[in-house]
Amino acid sequence: MALLADGGGEAKVLAGGQSLVPMIKLRFASPEMLVDINEIPDLGYHRVDADGSIHVGALCRHADLERSSLLATRQPTMAAAAPLVADPIVRNRGTLVGSLCHADPQGDWASVMVSLDGLVVAQGPRGRRTIAVKDLVHGPFQNTLAYDEVVVEAIAPAPKGAPAGGYLKLERRVGDFATVGVAVSVDRTGDEVTRAGIGLTGVGSSTISADDAAQLLVGGPLTADAIAEAAALAAHAAQPRTDHRGSASYKRHLVSVFTSRILTGLIRSEEEAA
Amino acid sequence: MTSLFQEVSPGAAEETPTRQITVTVNGESRTAVVEPRLVLAHLLRNGLNMTGTHTGCDTSNCGACTVLFDGKPVKSCTMFAVQADGHDVMTVEGLAGPSELHAIQEGFKEEHGLQCGFCTPGMMMASKALLEENPNPTEDEIRWALSGNLCRCTGYQNIVKAVMWAAQKLEDEG
Repeated sequence: MALLADGGGEAKVLAGGQSLVPMIKLRFASPEMLVDINEIPDLGYHRVDADGSIHVGALCRHADLERSSLLATRQPTMAAAAPLVADPIVRNRGTLVGSLCHADPQGDWASVMVSLDGLVVAQGPRGRRTIAVKDLVHGPFQNTLAYDEVVVEAIAPAPKGAPAGGYLKLERRVGDFATVGVAVSVDRTGDEVTRAGIGLTGVGSSTISADDAAQLLVGGPLTADAIAEAAALAAHAAQPRTDHRGSASYKRHLVSVFTSRILTGLIRSEEEAA
Repeated sequence: MTSLFQEVSPGAAEETPTRQITVTVNGESRTAVVEPRLVLAHLLRNGLNMTGTHTGCDTSNCGACTVLFDGKPVKSCTMFAVQADGHDVMTVEGLAGPSELHAIQEGFKEEHGLQCGFCTPGMMMASKALLEENPNPTEDEIRWALSGNLCRCTGYQNIVKAVMWAAQKLEDEG
């Protein structure tokens, strides 16, 4: 913390380094100082609290989450995303918290955490504060932390009912940046959706929270009509640009397809189970 | 800049902007004075003259520089050497002695798992980690575990066969 303050805004926190180090090599970033947090003990945890909220420490690696039985049983959206982040070797170093702070519009975890109404706990010289992930990420590679603050954990709040959801991503090959990614989370009591969130990866200058689409799902069951309408609203919320990964209209279409596919998949797997 | 790569005895003078680090490489404790910006791959190749670890893309894409860091595969071009201070690193040179082959190396030879050979050290280290965790992997599991390693000769089919060959050999050896 003192080192970050000494850096006076020119210092960067180094956790997994799987995005930051390549960016430094490519001269996209040139911090004066790196503060390596890897030797700080006891930050590698992920756990569920008595209230059902899931807490992920700043040094919890993607690979830990990929192998987590806790996520597999309690947080389907996170469990679906973990094996799709980067590649297996990068997942041994990279961290969820680092990914959130890095605020890459093509980062997977920010969309997932946005869909869960996730929070981060930032520690600074003036104490701790909690920031919604929606407010943490506010532009391409820009977060709203003060220069002497560091995120110590991310939190997925307790679900308001039975949690369901998923994450789908199109990438040209394993480890490439997402062409499009969609995170969907719905909590339900019986058939009724009590809370919903949809986060979009790679289709804007920042992670997008498709609030209108999510809100439409709340208060009723997941019907085919509701799913189709939510998928259309999610596509509407996307702000994709045409680039070498695809045209804007193609990416917008994918948002609709992925949203619909995740939600339809939930219903189908429940029907099969019944 | 001789200090960048020079191996020194423990207790040598420490000057800014260098750090003295001690890393266990292939079971042997090595001490070096390095600039904090030096990446692990360059310490191994230029500092310790262990050129088995290759640097390909230099941006954590290709996996040619994969080494085992505390037993887990990582891309050594995307870690600083100072971060390895006090840790354990295993490179392709650590698989077997100079005149012998590890079962994985033998598998790559037997099944023609390499063409130009550039990606091979990284493929082998990723395979080593896989076989330690899962001694009897399916073809899909091998492809999944090696999906962070690129072979520009596109010899993936034989690389997968090589790993299966090695798994069988290790099982036969018990």
